[in-house]
Amino acid sequence: MTIKGKSGDWEMVVGLEIHAHVTSKAKLFSGASTAFGAEPNTQVSTVDAAFPGMLPVINRFCVEQAVKSGLGLDAQINLTSVFDRKNYFYADLPAGYQISQFTRPIVGKGKITLDMPDGSPREIGITRLHLEQDAGKSLHDQHPSQTYVDLNRAGVALMEIVSEPDIRSAEEAGAYVKKVRSILRYLGTCDGNMEEGSLRCDCNVSVRKPGGKLGTRCEIKNVNSVRFVMQAIDYEARRQIGVLEEGGKIDQETRLFDAAKGATRPMRSKEESHDYRYFPDPDLLPLVLDQDWVAKLKAGLPELPDAKKARFVRDYKLSPYDAGVLAGEREDAEYFETVAKGRDPKLASNWVTVELFGVLNKRAKTIADSPVKAQALGELIDLIADGTLSGRLAKDVFAAMVETGKGAKAIVAEKGLKQVTDTGEIERAIDAVLAKEPANIAKYRAGNEKLLGYFVGLVMKATGGRANPAMLNELLKKKLSG
Amino acid sequence: MSALTALSLAQARDGLKRKDFTARELSLAYIKAVEDARPLNAFLKETPERALAMAKESDARIEKGRALPLDGVPIAVKDLFCTEGVETTAGSKILKGFVPPYESTVTANLWRAGACMLGKTNLDEFAMGSANVTSAYGHVESPWRRPGDNRPLVPGGSSGGSAASVAARAALSAIGTDTGGSIRQPAGFCGIVGLKPTYGRCSRWGIVAFASSLDQAGPMTRDVRDAAIMLKAMAGHDPRDSTSADLKVPDFEQAVGQSVKGLKIGIPKEYRIDGMPKEIEALWQRGIDWLKSAGATTVEISLPMTRYALATYYIIAPAEASSNLARYDGVRFGLRVPGESLDEMYENTRGAGFGAEVRRRILIGTYVLSAGYYDAYYLKAQKVRALIARDFEQAFKQCDAILTPTAPSAAFAIGEKMDDPISMYLNDVFTVPVNLAGLPGISVPAGLSGEGLPLGLQVIGRAFDEEMVLRVGSAIESAAKFDAKPQFVAGKA
Amino acid sequence: MALDKATVARIADLARIKLPEAERDAIAVELSKILDWIEQLNQVPTDGVEPMASVAHMKLPMREDKVTDGDCRDKILQNAPQAANGFFAVPKVVE
Repeated sequence: MTIKGKSGDWEMVVGLEIHAHVTSKAKLFSGASTAFGAEPNTQVSTVDAAFPGMLPVINRFCVEQAVKSGLGLDAQINLTSVFDRKNYFYADLPAGYQISQFTRPIVGKGKITLDMPDGSPREIGITRLHLEQDAGKSLHDQHPSQTYVDLNRAGVALMEIVSEPDIRSAEEAGAYVKKVRSILRYLGTCDGNMEEGSLRCDCNVSVRKPGGKLGTRCEIKNVNSVRFVMQAIDYEARRQIGVLEEGGKIDQETRLFDAAKGATRPMRSKEESHDYRYFPDPDLLPLVLDQDWVAKLKAGLPELPDAKKARFVRDYKLSPYDAGVLAGEREDAEYFETVAKGRDPKLASNWVTVELFGVLNKRAKTIADSPVKAQALGELIDLIADGTLSGRLAKDVFAAMVETGKGAKAIVAEKGLKQVTDTGEIERAIDAVLAKEPANIAKYRAGNEKLLGYFVGLVMKATGGRANPAMLNELLKKKLSG
Repeated sequence: MSALTALSLAQARDGLKRKDFTARELSLAYIKAVEDARPLNAFLKETPERALAMAKESDARIEKGRALPLDGVPIAVKDLFCTEGVETTAGSKILKGFVPPYESTVTANLWRAGACMLGKTNLDEFAMGSANVTSAYGHVESPWRRPGDNRPLVPGGSSGGSAASVAARAALSAIGTDTGGSIRQPAGFCGIVGLKPTYGRCSRWGIVAFASSLDQAGPMTRDVRDAAIMLKAMAGHDPRDSTSADLKVPDFEQAVGQSVKGLKIGIPKEYRIDGMPKEIEALWQRGIDWLKSAGATTVEISLPMTRYALATYYIIAPAEASSNLARYDGVRFGLRVPGESLDEMYENTRGAGFGAEVRRRILIGTYVLSAGYYDAYYLKAQKVRALIARDFEQAFKQCDAILTPTAPSAAFAIGEKMDDPISMYLNDVFTVPVNLAGLPGISVPAGLSGEGLPLGLQVIGRAFDEEMVLRVGSAIESAAKFDAKPQFVAGKA
Repeated sequence: MALDKATVARIADLARIKLPEAERDAIAVELSKILDWIEQLNQVPTDGVEPMASVAHMKLPMREDKVTDGDCRDKILQNAPQAANGFFAVPKVVE
C-alpha cells in the first residue's frame, strides 16, 4: 500500500514484536503466582526480587507453551536453545538483567497467513519466538517525587514473537496482531487480553520510496490494542514522510503512542544506544528438547484457525469470508459447530455472525458470556426449519430470548407466536383487510404495484406478524388479481 | 587454647558421643576463643546466643543417643552465605544492614546436621581477592607471624576470616567459597586443610554470587578427616540450583586413610613456573617422595594451557561478576545513597558502596562484555576454558590424581603486593585452573617455608571424585606430620 | 589495550558506578594494564573450539508449573531502604 506524499509515493516497512504473557500458573523461573490484579508485591519470591544468592529454575510448562506457539506459527523448533542475560539498569528490573534468549532462541523461522478484509491471503514471515522474563511495573503518578515499583509482574514468562519486516500497511499490522492473538488463544498459550497487558506490541516503522533502500526505523513501544497499533503505525509513517519531505532526517528513536492525542512521541529518558552485553546465563544450562516430546506436542495441537476455516468452507459450504469470521476465535467456532450440528449450516452461520454477534457487540460481551447458549440458538433454528416460525418471527423470539434467558419453545408458547401457515386463516385475514380498502384495490389494479407492500403490511399486522410471508404474498396476489 | 579447642572435629564428635563433655561446654570454649581472637578481625559478627541455643538442642539429642553427624560442632561461616535473621554483608558497605529472610542451602544443611553457628567471618569484598585486604570492614590478620618479625601477615583470601579462625583455634571448622582458589590458598597460607569440591557438588543457593560458573562452597578444617565429615553434611542436590548435580553424596569419611598403593599421581610439568621459589619446588618434591613411599607411582603429565588460565579467569570471573553485582542498586536492600534521579541514585550508591577491587573487576567485566569486545574477550576466554578442561580430561587418562603446590609463595605481609593488582592475581596461579575445569581440589599443610610459614600441597581429582582427593590428601597429611602452630592461638595465655 | 578516559567514563556509566574525577586517570591506567595482560589469550589457537557452556555436564532441569512461592510481601520489603504502601520507592523516573 502506498502513501501519497508531496514528492510522490511512499511505502511503509513495518515489523512487529509481540510480547505475549504465557498462560501458566507460576512464573518462568520462580514459583510465584502469575495471576493478574493482586496487591503490590504479593506475588513476588526472593528470586523475582533478585535477592543475593537467588537462582533461576525453569518452568517446564512455559517451555511447552512456547513450543506449542512455535508449532502454531508453522515455525522451526530449535531443539537446543540458550538463555542469555540482557544487562541494563531500571527500577522494575531487580537483577539489573533480564533473562532472555539472544543468539539461540527456542523457536526459529515461521509464517502466518493474514485474513485481509478483501479475502486475499497475505503471508507474513515470523523471524523467531523466544522466552524471556517480564519486568515489574513502575508507577510514576502515585507520588510527586517518587516512582513506586511493584514486582508482581517481574519474572512472568513472556513469549517474544518477532515478525519479518513484511508488513506494508496499518491494516496489515492490525490483521497480523489479530491473527497471532487468535492462534495463541486457540492453543491456550496466551489469553491475548490486551487490556490486562497479556499481549503488547512494539512497532518498528520506517518509510522508503517503493523499490528504494530501507529507511531509518523508529520503535513505538508497548502499544496495547489493535486499534492503537493501526493508529500508531499510520501516524508514525506519515510523520516520517513529513520529516523526509521537509528535507530532514529520521533519528533512530524509541517512541511511545499517546492514545489521547493519537500521536507518537519520543521517550524522554536519556538518549543512549543500549549496550546490553548479552552473554549466556551461567546459572542455566542450555535447554535441550527431545524430538519425540516435540512430535507429541505437535500431534496434540487443536485444529488451528486456518485449518478450521478451510474445513468450514469445505464441509459447511460457507463463504471464505463467513468461515473466516467464525474461525477467528476458537470459542466462536465451537459455538457455531454446536449450533450447526444436524442443521442448515448457512442458516446457523447467519444467525451466529449477524444476529448473535450483533447482540454481543452491542452489549460488549464475549461468546462465553452470551445470554443465548448454543443449544438454545439451535432450538430456535429448529423452529424455523420445521415451519413454526418465519424468519421475521424468529427475530422477535430471539430478542425475547436475549432479554429473558428463556428458551425459544417456551417463548413461542407463552406469546402464541406460532407462524400461521393455514391457507384458510390467511385468506380470511386477507378478505377482512381487502374489504376495507376498495379505493386502494382499484389503484393497485390500475397499475400501482407498490401498494402490494401496503396490503402485506396490513395483513401482517392483522395476524400479529404471524402470517407466513411467502404464502401471504401468493394468496394476496391471487385475490388482488381477481 | 583450652583442651577442648585443641580437639579436631572428629575427636570432638567422638568425645561428645562418649559424654566426655557437653555441646554447651564445647560451644562456650569456642565462644571465649572467638572473643580472644578479636585482634585478628576474623569475625564480622559473633553469634554466641545462637551457638548456645543450637548446642542446647544438640545436647538434648546426644542425651537421647540420637546424635546427628555434626551435633555440637561450633562452625564459623564466611559472610558470603546468607544466614536467616543474621546480617550478611559479603564484606561490603553496600550490604551493610542486609538481614536475609532466608538461609543458604549449605548452611541449612549444616544446621540440620546439628552444627552450631559461632558467627560470620570476614572476607575479601564480594569474595574478590587473595589476601583478605579488600574487606570494607578491615583486613584480617593471619595468626601466623614470621618468627622475630612483628609485621602482620595476610591469611590469604578471599576466605581469610574462615582460614584464620580455624588456624587460631577460634572455630572448630569453617566454611568458605572458592572461585579461583579462595578456600585452598588461604588454607595453604594458614596451615589448615581447605577443600573445594567439584562444581555442582554443593548448592549455590543463598550464597552471594561472585562468578556463577566458578563459585563453590567448601570446608576449611584442622585435618583431612574433618573436611570429609564437613563435606558430607554440606553437599547434596538442590532443586533450587539449576547447576546442582543430582548425585548421591558418598560417605566421604570412608576415603580418608585409604591406601594409595598402586595409584598413579600426575605431576604437571607446566606448573613448574619461571621464578618458582626453590622451597616450593622442594616441598613439591617431598610430596612426590611421600606418595611414592606410600606405594603410588608418579607420572609426568602435561597441561599445556596452564599459562593461560589466569588470563582466562580474569575475563570470565569479572564478566559474570559485573552482571551478578548489578542487583546492588540501593532499591531493595542494603545501602542507598540518595540522588536527584534514579540513575544518579544508582551511581552514588554503587560508587560509595563498592571498594576499589570490586569496582575494578566490575569495570573490566563490563568492558569485556561490551559491544565489539565480546568475541575478542569473553567468547575467546570460554574457548580457552574448554581447552583447559580438555587438558585435564586428557591428563586423567594417565593418572588418578594430580599433585601440585597450592601457592607460589607463603603468606606475605599486609600491605605488600598492593601496587599492582596483577601481582595479587598471581597468588592463584595453581588454583585457578581447577575452578575453570570445575574439578575438586584440596590443599593440605605440608611444610614450613624458610621463614617458618605454612606451605600447602594441592591434590586435584576427576569430577565428582572427591573421595580420591581425600584419599591422596590424607596420605600427604600422614607423611607430612604437620604439627606447627601459629604464633597466635586463641586462649593461649 | 590502552583505555582512554572517555572509554572509562562510558564503562562506568554502563555499570552505573560514579567515578570521582580525580581517580579517572589512575583507573584508566590500571584497567589498561589488566587488559594488556589478559590479551595474551590472543596467542591461543582456538579455531573450531566450542566455547564452554558450563562445567556442569547435565541437561537443564525443569520444574512443575505450581505456585510454591510469593505471598510474602513483608519478607520482600523488610530490607528496603524506602518503601511505601506496599511498593518500593525510588526517585521519580520520567518517561
